[in-house]
Amino acid sequence: MNINIIVCVKQVPASSKTQVDPETGLLMRSGAESRMNPYDLFAIETALQLKQRYGGQVTALTMGPPQAEAVIREAFALGADDGVLATDRRFAGADVLATSYTLSQAINRLGAFDLILCGKQTTDGDTAQVGSELAERLGIPSAANVSSVRMENGRAAVTYEINEYVFDTRITLPCLICVDKDICTPRLPSYVRRQASAGLRVHTLTLDDMPDKDPSHYGLDGSPTQVKRIFPPEIEVIHEVWRESPSETAGRLTSVLADLGIV
Amino acid sequence: MERLVIHSEKIADRRAFLSICPFGALELDEKGEVVINAACRMCRICVKNGPPGAAVMENAADAKAFNAADWNGIAVYAEQEAGKPHPVSLELLGKASELAAVSGERVIVLICGENAGDAAESLRYYGADEIYVYERAELKYFRAEPYAAVFEHFIKGTKPSSVLVGATPYGRQLAPRVAARINTGLTADCTALEMGEKGDLVQIRPAFGGNIMAEITTPRARPQMATVRYKVMNAPKRRETPVGVIKQRRVSDNALVSGVEIIEVKPKPAEMYIEDVDVIVAAGRGVKKQADMNMIKELAALLGGQAACSRPLAEAGFLSANRQIGLSGRTVRPKFILTCGISGSVQFTAGMSKADVIAAINTDSKAPIFRVAHYAIIGDLYQIVPEMIHKLRERKKAVTR
Repeated sequence: MNINIIVCVKQVPASSKTQVDPETGLLMRSGAESRMNPYDLFAIETALQLKQRYGGQVTALTMGPPQAEAVIREAFALGADDGVLATDRRFAGADVLATSYTLSQAINRLGAFDLILCGKQTTDGDTAQVGSELAERLGIPSAANVSSVRMENGRAAVTYEINEYVFDTRITLPCLICVDKDICTPRLPSYVRRQASAGLRVHTLTLDDMPDKDPSHYGLDGSPTQVKRIFPPEIEVIHEVWRESPSETAGRLTSVLADLGIV
Repeated sequence: MERLVIHSEKIADRRAFLSICPFGALELDEKGEVVINAACRMCRICVKNGPPGAAVMENAADAKAFNAADWNGIAVYAEQEAGKPHPVSLELLGKASELAAVSGERVIVLICGENAGDAAESLRYYGADEIYVYERAELKYFRAEPYAAVFEHFIKGTKPSSVLVGATPYGRQLAPRVAARINTGLTADCTALEMGEKGDLVQIRPAFGGNIMAEITTPRARPQMATVRYKVMNAPKRRETPVGVIKQRRVSDNALVSGVEIIEVKPKPAEMYIEDVDVIVAAGRGVKKQADMNMIKELAALLGGQAACSRPLAEAGFLSANRQIGLSGRTVRPKFILTCGISGSVQFTAGMSKADVIAAINTDSKAPIFRVAHYAIIGDLYQIVPEMIHKLRERKKAVTR
């Protein structure tokens, strides 16, 4: 069987060292470098392995500013056949609902597919919500925490692990699967493939390309949640600061532990 | 609603203005005007840091799509397994009661499953006014579509203004399904919730992957949905007498159809959960080699506890991912935690700041971990940890002698 796979990826800041200046309450970020969300590499690798085994096509899809084309190029260097960037200023300020809607519109535009693969979460938003919202938007079944995927009699044979249990399941196609980190070992981007894919075109989709062209469903307008305020985390009063020798420190710590009844 | 508007004519140096944005969301269009692109996170740094009037929040026509009088009550999704509610459900009930006391609303609970009745009965002791039970064999195991259908039925029937869901592996799949289905906002992994004016739920969470907290509201839609991490809120005490009325509800058979067929459910090999231990010794980037984890593990064992780690060490494979503390790992609330060589990003401290006693070892006296630590130990873990092991071993010997 040939399977048509879409992998959702995101460009995230390379550094997580974003801080708030405690004096001014403003965001400070060291450098503006970005990279592909590391959890997405597992989704891409899973897609490439499925393609290798069953044949088919892997399309990388992202939403972001024009410079997010870089993550599609990265997906090409890993082995993706096709890449789509949904980009439009009217997508700016999107929360989970608007993001999943935009992605679902892009996927509707792309046509038929068998499988959508997503990473566990992103390192910048850390919500782990877009995958499930996207599945709902598309009206397809989904699974998360997935540790293995293969095809069996036209369905996806999916194993996921939640709490103390391992679930062996069969899921009808098309479906959406959020893979866990450690489902596989992602390959490294190949120089040869990077060169070979230099001529591949990244398809861009703007609002005007979407089946639903109502701008109020996208970006800030389509986002029910609003960031009211950002602030540095609460600074608790330090009870005690110790700067003694290692031996004295160990002694003090042991008596703290004794007071707590731990030793 | 408020929207961000850029007035290019008020910006003298447009190129310099672009660099104000930490997310690269400001760009120049064909006409040289400054515009906002899809990278915008609405952090408003351009409003605060730019020239006066350059970037401003302007009030557009308020497209409030709901009538506040139609929505009433704080709803809690009570996750259950084998007739027992997940402990996060009790924590959410405690929080819901606090919020409801401020807004004067009722507290309602949704519980579903094959034998959800037993768990529902036990929730009557924790302060819910009404408990809605959906009991069906098809709901034995969590599957996203039928559970979302039940949730939708519950919301349409009860019209709560706020909905709280535990950020468990199941809750993290269910809440987004429901939010998308009923077209409302959802804030993930809240660490604090407050009741604002006019029933607005103020949802607080670490954001932008760094040391920043964001306050998020859902002003234009109802219900306001939030997931909340396990062990962040306090569970209420069990009451002497049960309150709360149990209401059985049913959905149509069509609603219970799923594309997921569960073939087999096997228990995983027994695993230790760092959420459940009283003492944790956590290692961070200050621990240089995998071999050095041995002393961390030994110290943990001497304290009757378990070793854990921060994200970089889990990613480096020093410990397995289920021992990782933090927003992308586990939330722990032990009686005592000792962090060794952990700087203490919000990502990490969100997962452990509620520990009863926190001691932190770090060479850098400015490390953010010291903001949450009760005992800030400025020193080298490579000296202090072996010294601790030595002291504890001697103590053990003295006791056994």
